Amino acid sequence: MTGREAADRRRGLVYIAPTVLALGVLTVYPGIWVLWLSLQRRIPIFDVSRFAGFENYAFLAGDARFWSAGKTTAVFTLGSVALEVALGVAVAVAINTQRRGRRLALSLLLLAWAMPAVVAAKLFEWLYHPSAGLVNVLLGRHSINWLGDPVVALPAVIFADVWRTMPFVAVLCYARLLAIPADVYEAAQVDGAGRFATLTRITLPLLGRILLLATLFRTLDALRAFDIMFVLTGGGPAGTTETLTVYAYRALFQTLQLGFGSAVSVVVFVLVMAVAWAYLRLLRAGAVTA
Amino acid sequence: MSPRARTLADVVVVLALAAYAIPFFWQLLTSFKPEAELLRVPPLLPSRLTLSHYTAVLTQSVMPRALVNSFGIATLTTLMSLLAGVPAAYAVARLPLPGKRFLLLAIVASTAFPQIATVSPLYLLMRTLELRDTWTGLVLVHASFALPLTIWLLAGFVREIPIEAEEAASVDGAGPVAMFRWVIVPLLAPGLASTALLTFLFSWNEFLFAYTFTVSEASRTIPVALALFPGVFEVPWGDIAAASMLASLPPVVIVIALQRFLVRGLVAGAVKE
Repeated sequence: MTGREAADRRRGLVYIAPTVLALGVLTVYPGIWVLWLSLQRRIPIFDVSRFAGFENYAFLAGDARFWSAGKTTAVFTLGSVALEVALGVAVAVAINTQRRGRRLALSLLLLAWAMPAVVAAKLFEWLYHPSAGLVNVLLGRHSINWLGDPVVALPAVIFADVWRTMPFVAVLCYARLLAIPADVYEAAQVDGAGRFATLTRITLPLLGRILLLATLFRTLDALRAFDIMFVLTGGGPAGTTETLTVYAYRALFQTLQLGFGSAVSVVVFVLVMAVAWAYLRLLRAGAVTA
Repeated sequence: MSPRARTLADVVVVLALAAYAIPFFWQLLTSFKPEAELLRVPPLLPSRLTLSHYTAVLTQSVMPRALVNSFGIATLTTLMSLLAGVPAAYAVARLPLPGKRFLLLAIVASTAFPQIATVSPLYLLMRTLELRDTWTGLVLVHASFALPLTIWLLAGFVREIPIEAEEAASVDGAGPVAMFRWVIVPLLAPGLASTALLTFLFSWNEFLFAYTFTVSEASRTIPVALALFPGVFEVPWGDIAAASMLASLPPVVIVIALQRFLVRGLVAGAVKE
């Protein structure tokens, strides 16, 4: 090793040291600690603190509320991601055809994405108000209790989430579309491709990779979503909008079961990592190019 | 494109504009509506506009204090994560590091980290270190949570700097500090701006940690104050709308004035590998 290389190596270690320290103390260490907590029975208010092995996990296996939260998480994730991707692509393609108003459209979309989720939640809480909410007024003076009726509460929460995060997909797709040279489309036109063929054979394949990435990010975010349902419904009515993350949070900080709540958060953790790993394999495999 | 396809595209754009403009406008209008007319719709438009909700929020609620907290915490978070992130990103992009592959994998994996997974141990840690309800606690947690994405983005931007610029400076005898000060940071400026915006927005908007680690108005941020907005008998929709407008100010400024940097950061975060 030359002197220069050794110096570079030392420099690299110095540069990376603050990051390793910060992530070590505030991410990795808590990440291991939560596993340990999940093996304990800890209820501080009753002064209970003992090692419990896999008791918490064993309890989860037969816990109806846990399985219901799991189902809600699955419905919320699949529903909101599917709608966000479909609408996001449609909006991006449509904006890309416009000559004017692109910046206005982009600004409105970005604003919904950039403002705090709590602000969006409060906005929708007001839009969904049973008597004075704009949604009911526009639907012709119905008095649907969007957030209080177990049948419509979850779809209402999903809709609010789609409104807030569809712009992320749309903006990514739009940026990719801008990068496609116009002569690709001209060539397709010369070859006599119809607009459906152009959409399915050119536009969508060129969007393939960015769409897969956008879907990955959105799926991970939907699985760990918390703010929107916590503020809009708090998990109600009758637990119909309680996802695993909300269940974990309520166990940890509302009923103060640190061990049990940690076990639920470990499940969310494993779920998110498994999904991330599956997507990365899909990307690696080069199933989608361009 | 055929006329029918063009019409369809126009319809989609108009619907999308309406779906976003109407809720924004409705909330803005609510923030100026007299209290007595809030729950009386239709008519959709108020008889007069009033500033009373803004006055109430600015003089009688914790919002002013929460704005100061949010602004301070988000600014410090951004500074901290750039201070640690710039050298780390440079090392990842340019220098030989032992176990680099593993380090990169760890960085990517931690961007997927769900907050709920570490909130319980962090709560205990904050309690032990007596950092609950302090700016320091929240800044440390926010900065470390934002750090992986910061490094990821910045490493991509560092790779775009022509290596010749650094070599020339190195030949001229520039040490590491001078190199950062005069070569890397200036060339990195647009990328730094994009990364800073995303970090600032993350900290400004973050709710789960802020809600858990704060107790009083000493450190409560805007999203927490808004979520806990008190009502005596009725929900104060007008005041909440006014507070929402204040909470949205920095995001509005960023989206309108700094859109280029925001979009660049967003796209870079998704595409860089």
